[in-house]
Parts: sequence; C-alpha cells; structure tokens
Amino acid sequence: MYRFTPWLKPAAAATLIGLICSATLWAQDAPQITNSTADHSKFEALQQAFASGPEVTAACLSCHTEAATQVKHSVHWTWEFDNPATAQRLGKRHVLNSFCGSVASNEPRCTSCHVGYGWEDMNKPPPADDAAVDCLVCHDTSGQYTKLDNAAGHAVISGTGTSTGKAKTITGAKAWAVDLTKAAQSVGKPSRQNCGSCHFYGGGGDNVKHGDLSSALNHPSRDVDVHMADDGLNFSCETCHRSDKHVFAGSRYAVHATDPEGAGKPGLPRRDVATCENCHGDTPHDWMTVQGIKLNDHSDRVACQTCHIPEFARGGVATKTRWDWSTAGRMDVYGNPLHLKAYTQGDGKPLHTYLATKGDFEYGEDVVPHYAWFNGQVEYTTADATIDPTRVVEINRIAGSSDDGRSRIWPFKRMEGRQAYDANLNHLAYSNVWGPTTDSAFWTHYDWGKAIEAGMKAAGADYSGEYGFVDTYMYWPITHMVAPAEDALDCQDCHTSNGRLAKVSGIYMPGSQPFSIGGILGILVFIAMVSGVLLHITLRIITRGAKGDGHD
Amino acid sequence: MTDATHAPNIDNLVETCPNCSQREVLIYPRFERLWHWSQAASIMILMFTGLGMNGFHDLMPFELAVRLHTLVALALLLLWVFATFWLFTTGTYKVFLPRMMGLTRVARFYAYGVFKGEHHPYQKSLTQRLNPLQALAYSMLKTVIFPLVWGSGLLYLTYNFWETLPNAPFWLEVVANVHLAVAWFVAGFVILHIYLLTIGHSFREGVRPMIKGTETVALTPEQEAYLSRHETWRLVK
Repeated sequence: MYRFTPWLKPAAAATLIGLICSATLWAQDAPQITNSTADHSKFEALQQAFASGPEVTAACLSCHTEAATQVKHSVHWTWEFDNPATAQRLGKRHVLNSFCGSVASNEPRCTSCHVGYGWEDMNKPPPADDAAVDCLVCHDTSGQYTKLDNAAGHAVISGTGTSTGKAKTITGAKAWAVDLTKAAQSVGKPSRQNCGSCHFYGGGGDNVKHGDLSSALNHPSRDVDVHMADDGLNFSCETCHRSDKHVFAGSRYAVHATDPEGAGKPGLPRRDVATCENCHGDTPHDWMTVQGIKLNDHSDRVACQTCHIPEFARGGVATKTRWDWSTAGRMDVYGNPLHLKAYTQGDGKPLHTYLATKGDFEYGEDVVPHYAWFNGQVEYTTADATIDPTRVVEINRIAGSSDDGRSRIWPFKRMEGRQAYDANLNHLAYSNVWGPTTDSAFWTHYDWGKAIEAGMKAAGADYSGEYGFVDTYMYWPITHMVAPAEDALDCQDCHTSNGRLAKVSGIYMPGSQPFSIGGILGILVFIAMVSGVLLHITLRIITRGAKGDGHD
Repeated sequence: MTDATHAPNIDNLVETCPNCSQREVLIYPRFERLWHWSQAASIMILMFTGLGMNGFHDLMPFELAVRLHTLVALALLLLWVFATFWLFTTGTYKVFLPRMMGLTRVARFYAYGVFKGEHHPYQKSLTQRLNPLQALAYSMLKTVIFPLVWGSGLLYLTYNFWETLPNAPFWLEVVANVHLAVAWFVAGFVILHIYLLTIGHSFREGVRPMIKGTETVALTPEQEAYLSRHETWRLVK
C-alpha cells in the first residue's frame, strides 16, 4: 500500500516517510474492518450460558423485535401454502408425498426441520410463543449448531438426548452437544450449510428427495455447480433466493416457469423471483453468432435448466429414484429387521437398497431428467382426491402445454413410488411410520394396518380400514446444480432421432425426423431421378450410344 | 408459342443455322462463372450440412452444421440478389425464358436419339446458349424450386417471429417437410446436371466453358461481323 517514491524531493520524502510510519502503526492497532456493523460476540444479551434454543431466540428478539413476526409469516414457519391458481391448500402441513408420506402422525421426526421449536401436532398451528422461532438454524455461522432428528426442532443441549449414544442430527450425523452461546455470538447471513442442513436432507437422507440438492453443494467443484463453487462465484442460496421480510423467493408449488420480466430495470433489483433470468435476462446468449441467436430463440420455449443442468445428482451423492413401501417389513432368519446395502454412491458411501422399515429403494447419479412442458402450476393429489389405482397415480401434476403461451420445457426428477392407499375409498393414505413409544408406528411394529389407521386418524381423514399399494410418480423441478456453459447440452442431444425431448408433445424438433413425409417424398423423387440417370446410362451402354454427339 | 404439329419444320428453321460459322466466343462472363461455382459450392455445403442436421450422417456437430447451413444459405441468397439484378440489367435473363420451339426435338434426342448415336439437335447460338429443354429446366428451377427452398428456409430460420401464430408447431413441421422434400429434389437435379455433361464430346468438354468462359457457338455472319468489329475480346477463335 505505502511505497517509497524516489522522485520526491528528499525533504518531502522524509515528511512522507514519517507520515507513512505513523499511519502504518495506526493501521496495525486499528480493528479489522468487517462487513457487518455489529459484532454479536460483543452483545451483552448473548454473553450468557443458554440452556435451550428458545432462550437464545428470546435474546435475539430483545434487539430484533420484529424478526419472529416476520418468520411466522413465511412458509418456513407455517408449512402452509394456499395456491391461488388451484385453490388447493398445500404445504408440508397438508400434502402427501412419495417419500415418508406425510407429517401428520410423525411430527417430532418431521418437524425436526421446522424453523422452530416444539411443533408436535399438525392439527394445531406452530407454537405461538415468539421464542419458539429457531433463529440459529439459519443464522449460526459457528458450524456446530444443529437440531436433533426427532425432537420437533430442538437442538442437542449438553446432557440431553445423547445419553443413549444413538441420537442423530437432522443430517444423519451422530449428535453432539451444541454450544448455544458460541452459536448465538456467531450469527450472520445464512450459508449453504445453514439452508442445506434441512434442504439437502429432505426425504430422510442426503439428496433423497430433490435430486439437485445434496451435501455436494456444501463445497461443490465448478463442474457440479458453476455458481456455488468454493473457488469460483461461491454463491450462497440467498444470492438467488433473495428474501424480503424473511420470505424467500422461489416455490415448488407455484413456480416461475417463465420470467419475461428478465433482469428488471436498472437500479431496481427484483427480490421476488429466484429465476435465472433475474440475473441473466431472457436473451443471455451472444447475439453476434448464429449459435447465440438460435439459443436465444430457444429461451422462450426451453427453460434455461433444460440445457444447463444436463444431469442431476452430480458430485458423488446419489438421489433416491424409486421407493417401494409395499415390500417393507421383511425380517431376516433371526427375526431381525432385514436391511441391505447394495448401492455405493460416487463418494464411496454405501446406501441401503432395502430396509424393513421402508421397503426397497433404487438410486441414481448423474441422472438424465424427465422433461415436460411446465407453466409453473403444480396440482397435488391431496388426501381427499379420488385416485385410479389401476394406473400410476401422479402425486403432483405438472401443468403446461406447448400452446398455453406461458409454458417452457423443464427438467424434472420423476420419483417412482409405491405407497399405501385406501383400497375402498381410493384415497392416498397417511401412515404413522415414526413413533418409538406408540403402538401403531410402522417403524416400530411393522404393521401396516395399525400404521395407516393411526396416520389417517391423526390427519382427520376417512379410512375404510382396507389398504393397498399403488404406483406413484412425483415430479421435482430441477433447477440447482447448474453446470458450466461448456458442459451444457449440445444441440444434437435433442435435435436427433429419439433425442432427449422425443417424448415431449406439441413441438416439432428439427433434425429428429429424417423420414418424415417430406423427407420420404423427397427421397423418392431423388431415387427416381437417380434411377432415371442409371437407366439412361445402361441404355447408352447397351446401344453403344454412349459417345453420342451433343453439347450437354 | 408455336405448336410443332402445325408447323412441323419450324424447329429446323429456328434452331439450326446453315450459314452460321462455328466460333469460340466468350459466353459466360466472369460474374456468371463466379456465380455458378459459388452456387455449386454452396449447394454442396448446404446438402452436406442439411443431411447432417437430419441425421443422415454425424460427420459434423449439429451446432456447426446449423451455423454453416445458415451462413452459407444467407450468403447464397445475397448472391442470388446480385445475380437477379445482373440478369435483368444485362438482359441475360432472356436465355432462361422457356420456349417450345425445338423442345420436342431435344427431348426426343435424350429419350431416343442419343442411343442411336445421333448428333445433338440443338446448335448453340450467341443469344441462345441453352437448348429449349435446359431453358425450361432452369426456368422451373429459378421460379419454383429455388423459391420453395429459400422461402421455406427463411420461414424455418425465422420461426421465432411467427411461433405465436395458431398451430405454429404444425406449420413449422410443414415448412420443414417442404424444405426437406425440395432439397432432395435439388440433390436429384445436381446428379442430373452432372450426368448430362457426360452426353457430348466429353465430360471435360462440358465443364470447360464454365471455367474458361468460352464456348463454340454458331454465329450468324452479322453477329460475326459485329463482334469482330466492336467486341473483339469476345471472339477467342
């Protein structure tokens, strides 16, 4: 920073050196400048030994007086989403999925990832106390705060929960005692690890649910995620999922499948969407090249993700692609619950392919997505919907078509499931799977009859008493793990016979039908012309008129 | 148009010239040769890239094929704009006007006479270097086939400007099919075009005029006199 400048006159130089020395000394004594204007370790409210998470929250709220109210107005808290387009009441509190099924009747296990403490009954709203909001799960930067996997959102505090040695955290790691004071004093902006501690582990394990959200994104290489790479842009989740009053942009229930507004007006950054276009605009390719112009022509019909996320579940962590609950409950020859680990994922970790508690699993890595038109609307098969068990039931239906003017072709993870339903009423069934101390939980007693009855009762749903298993599909829009540009799909991945989009209807794919009507007609005409020439040659040779005079 | 059945001898009267002399004359100016060979190269590239894009070979990535196909097609269209301007300003367009006179004789030659070792019935002249069958073929090519190719090609290329029309994917498919079908026809024409060069003195003799620009044609005494006085540079031999 400070360098001797030889062209200055000696006197001036001496004065300058004096100044430099004092400035340097001053600089060494001065505190390092930080991004934040607050150092939470200096706050008296946080300089105490906390006995529980809610105590920390109370301390936070002593300054951030409105924070709990903001959080309580977010889906992170309510687990409830009223879809304005379909009028469906969705959210984790209500929907069924093809993974662990439903929250109802399994609360303390599922609400371990609630952004609060102590929500133990889905029939009741989350705890009313402001101190029940969990600030630390998002804002801890010490890296050692975590929640237990079965304590309705509570953390492991020294002495509690770890006594048996079997306690686990929400990421499946062996639980440890959390230093709440250290965590409280460390608070800052959420990192990938904060969001990931829940979102990477949805469905009961690493990358089980989404396929494009796994622990590989904690420290991804550039080829796994071009935006989040540690040695690259190093985005946090919030770089795209911007927040306003603790409400985050982005939704799986009402997706911005298109974003014609693009990057918005200069100086007016949009905080309401987490789309690619929000930064890149809707014509991001080079306008000066044929390829760029053609690719920009695609952007209104093909989602960015379709080409730029060529495969999901990259980076060594597999995603569950099939879950068959119907085979659950098998015991080995000794009468113990059977479990098999026949799949080893890219990072070397073996994964269960059968569990007596959960049935059969299949996994995939570097999975080629399922593609479909998508206008952003997702309709769920809620528990009151009548299903047709003779067909594959779609747990959620992706709306969209080529001619509705607002759809694009999107990539999805298509989860295959086989799960319980009410065989008389033809409704999807809730089931009580977790509950070590209950007499109904499937994971404790391996009895579907009891488990479903308890689940339906907890959810307040009618149940005929007879159950069966039905094949299901569930669709998960793929939007993370964006690959570097050089790894994006090539044209010929789609523009070929039986290319990636061969099953997508309502489009004409240039290059995919060499033997279309026009192609066949053209070829026939061509063959006729060539045959004529060959016939002519033959006749000339036969009649020895090949040297017939003429001009051309 | 004159009907050959009513005036059976008119072919002979018009198309041959007993008192003409055979002279080697510059008949394809430099621009026309440039046009011909650029067009030939372009059509080859367009066919190669077009076949690639349609999956008939994978010697070239789709992206490169699209890039070449688009740029070469646009360059060829530009050339056609210049060529059309040139044809009309120089009056050369007249050689492509279809005419009935002599048509049947030429057609009969290709269908029958050539096998008998007959001579080609058409005598090239200064103003009519194409025989009636050629004139008909080229005029159809220029007014029907090529416009279908570049018309469907431009529609294909500019899909994004009309994709909001009703049933656009269907019409795109129609456009693509027309483009593909007519492109195959052009490919057939190329084969025919090259093959017909083998009917005559030799293949080389056939190609030579389009390289050197000169060809032996029948000159009337008046034409010969005019050229030798005013356009000596056109009279090579």
